[in-house]
Order: sequence, then C-alpha cells, then structure tokens
Amino acid sequence: MAATQVLRSEWTKIRSVSSTVWTLGLAVVVSIGLGILISWLASNDFDNLGAKDRMGFDATAISFAGMGLGQLAMIVFGVLVVANEYSTGMIRTSLSAVPQRGTFLFCKIAVATLLALVVGLITAFIAFFAGQSVMGEHKASIGDAGVLRAVIGAGLYMTLIAVFSMGVAAMLRSPMLSLGILMPFFFLISNILGNVSATEKIGQFLPDQAGLKIMEVVSPVDDDTPYGPWGGFGIMALWVVAALIGGYVLLKKRDA
Amino acid sequence: MIELAGLTKRYGEKVAVDRLTFTVRPGIVTGFLGPNGAGKSTTMRMLLGLDHPTAGDVRIDGLHYDQLKDPMTYIGALLDAKAMHGGRSAFNHLLCLAQSNGIPRARVHEVLDTVGLTAVAGKKAKGFSLGMGQRLGIAGALLGDPQILMFDEPVNGLDPEGIHWIRNLMKGLAAQGRTVFVSSHLMSEMALTADHLVVIGQGRLLADTSMADFIRANSRSYVRLRSPQQERLRDVLHEAGITVVEAGNGTLEVDGVGADRLGELAAGAGLVLHELSPQQASLEEAFMQLTAESVEYHAHSDPASSPPGAGPGAPSGGVSGPAPGWGEQWNQQQARKNEGA
Ligand SMILES: Nc1ncnc2c1ncn2[C@@H]1O[C@H](COP(=O)(O)OP(=O)(O)OP(=O)(O)O)[C@@H](O)[C@H]1O
Ligand SMILES: [Mg+2]
Repeated sequence: MAATQVLRSEWTKIRSVSSTVWTLGLAVVVSIGLGILISWLASNDFDNLGAKDRMGFDATAISFAGMGLGQLAMIVFGVLVVANEYSTGMIRTSLSAVPQRGTFLFCKIAVATLLALVVGLITAFIAFFAGQSVMGEHKASIGDAGVLRAVIGAGLYMTLIAVFSMGVAAMLRSPMLSLGILMPFFFLISNILGNVSATEKIGQFLPDQAGLKIMEVVSPVDDDTPYGPWGGFGIMALWVVAALIGGYVLLKKRDA
Repeated sequence: MIELAGLTKRYGEKVAVDRLTFTVRPGIVTGFLGPNGAGKSTTMRMLLGLDHPTAGDVRIDGLHYDQLKDPMTYIGALLDAKAMHGGRSAFNHLLCLAQSNGIPRARVHEVLDTVGLTAVAGKKAKGFSLGMGQRLGIAGALLGDPQILMFDEPVNGLDPEGIHWIRNLMKGLAAQGRTVFVSSHLMSEMALTADHLVVIGQGRLLADTSMADFIRANSRSYVRLRSPQQERLRDVLHEAGITVVEAGNGTLEVDGVGADRLGELAAGAGLVLHELSPQQASLEEAFMQLTAESVEYHAHSDPASSPPGAGPGAPSGGVSGPAPGWGEQWNQQQARKNEGA
C-alpha cells in the first residue's frame, strides 16, 4: 500500500466534511478574537499592577490568552477526525480499503496534523500581531528576544493539542467519550492541578501545562519551573507520542 | 477464489464462527445462508481482515487480505451500506476510497453511473434513502473492478425493483466469470440467484452443495390424505406396498405415489376420503428444517413453529405443509459429525 495514495485519500476525507471547517474556523476566530480582547484589557490594567506583576508582564503570552478557549475547538477537530470513522461506521470501509492499520492511522494523523499546523501557525501570527496592535506602549515586537520562538511555539502548541486528541480518540473510539474526557481535562482539571501549590509539582508535567511554557517570553518573577520553553514542549511531545502509540497498539489489536 | 480453513471466531465464551471450511469459486453466485446470528457477517468481516480469527485461516487468491496490494482491485465488499460518513457527498466518499487504492477518478464517475446515482453524486450520503445508500455501497464494491464480490444481505429493506436490480447485477457479475459471494437469511431469495449454497447455523457448516442438488434433495413432493376411516385406509395402502407416514392432525402422507392411484385404491376399498391433495414442500421449509436445531433466537410466541429437532412437521399455515422428517438427512449428518468431533 503506497502511503502517498493513502495520504491523498485522507486529504479528500478531511476536506470533504464540514466539521473540519467549523472546528478549525472556530479555533482561529476564538483564539484571535479573545486574544485581542484580553490584550486590550490587560494593557489597560497595566497601571493597576504591582511592581512584581509589571516585571512579569508578558505581552506576547497575553496575546495568546484566547488559545485557552480556542484549543477546545482544536480538541474537537482532533477527536472528530479520528472518532468519526467509528461513530459513522466508516472505519470498516476504510480498513477494507487500507488493511495496513498503521499506514491508515498515521496517514490520517499526518494529514490532520499538517492542516492543524498550518491553521495553528496562522492563528498564532495573527493573534500576536493583532494582540500587540491594541497594547500600545506595552507591546512586544517580533524581533525581541524569544518572541518569534513564542509565536511559532504557540502554533506548535495548538497543533500538538490536536494531535494528542487524535491519539486519545484512536484509543477511545467514541467521539462523545473522548470529548467528555478531554474538554474538562484541558479546560479545568489541568489548570487547577497546575496552579494549586499542592499539586503544582505534578500538574506542571501535564501536556498543556508543560506545552504552554513555549509561549512565554518573560518568565514570572518567582518562576521555579524545572524546564525551559523547549523542555516544556518536549514534555508535551512525549505525551503526544504516548497517546499515538496507545492508539496504534489498540487499533492494531482490536477487531474493527 | 475464497478459501476458508477451520475458520473460528470466539467472542468470550460465545463461538460465533465454528471451524468453517469451504471454498467460494469463480463464475457462479455462491449463496451464504443462515438464520440470524449464524455467523455470516462475522465470517465476512474476518475475510476482510476486520476481525481477527481466533483460529483457522481465510485466504483470497491464496493470500491473506492484508497481503493484497490495493485490495479493492481484488475483492469488493458491501458489508453494511451505512458504513460511511453521512456528511460526505457520494462522489467524495467514492473518491477517497478510489485514491487509497490507486484507482483513477474517472472510475468513480463510471460506477456512479452503473448504480444510477450520477444525479445525486454531489449530495450528502445522509440524505439518501435505504436503496440509494445500498447502491452507493455497491458502487464502492465495484470501484476496483474486482474479480471477487462479496455482499452481506444486499436486498435487506429494498423494494421489489431494488431487489430485482441487485439480483440481476449479481448474476451479471458471475456471468462475467467473477466470484460472487452473497449472504442472506432467505432461502427463497437464494433460490433465485445462487448457483451454489453454503448453509451455516450457530457458526457451523450445515451444507455446502450446488443449488440444483439442494433442490433435488429437498423439493420432494408428496400426497396428503385424510379419511374418517384412517386405520382401514392405512391397511389398504400397506397391502398395496405403499409406505404411509402419519403427519398428525389425522393426516397421512405418501411419498412417490400419484394422487390418482391413491384415490383409486381408496375407492376400490370403498373408503371415504376427506382430502386427497398433492403437496410440494417449499425450499424455505427445507432450509428451516435444516437449521432448526441451530436457530438461536426462536420466536416463542408462535405455538405452531416447529420445535427444534424436526419431528413430524407441524404445518406452518401456508399452502403447503412440511413433510415429516424434512431435511432429516442433514440433521442426521450433522449429528454424526458432531459426535465424531
Ligand atoms: N463484536 C461482537 N461481540 C460479541 N458477540 C458478537 C460480536 N459480533 C457478533 N457477535 C455474535 O456472534 C454471532 C454471529 O453474529 P453475526 O452478526 O455474524 O451473525 P449473522 O449470521 O450475520 O446474523 P444476521 O443474519 O442477523 O446478520 C451472534 O450471536 C452475535 O451476537
Ligand atoms: Mg449479519
């Protein structure tokens, strides 16, 4: 089975369903729109901040604040790309056409990842420039140290969130179950675990908490995170690899 | 050519497919017959490598399914017409399948035309009627112009025109020299399309025979007699060297002797007859008798349905009643096999 054939087929699949457009569209709109709003509010609030908070003011990271919500749409995208095969019954037709299950899964994920990457990067750059444009004197410049890395990193973060969701969906198969676990996890649980001091030590190794580090240009004043931007990204990437391996092993083993 | 060798599938304790061994040959329609839950769909899923066999082996042209390069060009299958993403247009559904197997785009238009869906090619599949969905599924099976075609209950839920279309399609494909393997739980349907029959019940092989042989062996005709003087009638027939079978409800059944001769014998002895009627048992009844022991889900609400084990047949209210011990040979054969196993 030539992988190029399967890649082409998966591209046809992904571009021919409406969920691709609305999930990715929502991710772009929410991330950018909310990012602009929060950037504007934050820069207006700057004068009310204490000295410590002013020193830790990270104009770049603030312009990505909308991604906290926008990533949920990325999760839906990742889940639906994989789990819709199961919920519609298409998986049997797909695996009859491509019985090499590894080829099938990884071509599907490769196509979806590439699409998520393009959308993620576009979102990150627009969110950055639009966010800075409303922050007046507090704005960061793309040429400042670490800023370009943070912008590209934000795009990569959005991509990996989607890929992680694909891996989880490949394991769980049901779209509802996958979303029911991933959405509250990334929207609530992980935030709580990562920000409450009692659980912080473990929480900071969760995929999104670690991955968010790459969007940071200015570290918080008393930052004691044991990893840097790329270290955090690496931790997130390990989670993604683990989810993909889990999805592959189960797909290989199970009856379709 | 499809070859099964000791193919077995267990789901936990439940044996869905039990040591099936048979071959599906090219150039004919092979009917795969069995009551609900017999294991037909499971067998077909294993054939496509979707379910992993617990034991045994199934090969297509000598290869395992996942060894076939561009499998849709070897074997086209319709397992479940609903196995597609309803939000995708018919054209795109077929296009993504074609691309995965290196089949040119023009072929998508061809098969859409073959199944008569060209006009709705751009429409989402979820708006399709049952029949249209079935046609789209068949278009997918035909896409790779394969030498082997496999359909799981393709006429389920179709109107007479749709059934007629599928029947002719299958016959046409077989006439072109292709292997056609089609499942059904209706004997009457198979009698019209299949040249060869494979019958299973509770996962086990019950019959592997040509349609002609099956009909010859099972479409026995007989004469039914009723008389208020049953004892005397029986003696008279016995003296004439005729074997009589008591079929319950005061009826007698006679094999291999014409109604005219039986009538003359009765008249000669001055006996009153209330019924003297030639009967033809239907193939459906033969099939039911054959699989009676293996039917998993009996409808208990129907007191007239035959008990498992095919005793003197209770008439099922149709025009023709089943002969006693109908399909008994198969049951006995099966019993012998089981003892041997
Ligand atoms: N995934 C599964 N898990 C557990 N049991 C299963 C599974 N698939 C099938 N079975 C069982 O295996 C048996 C055979 O089922 P199968 O669907 O193959 O029958 P069938 O001959 O296709 O029946 P029908 O005519 O109703 O389509 C049934 O008893 C069914 O309950
Ligand atoms: Mg079935």
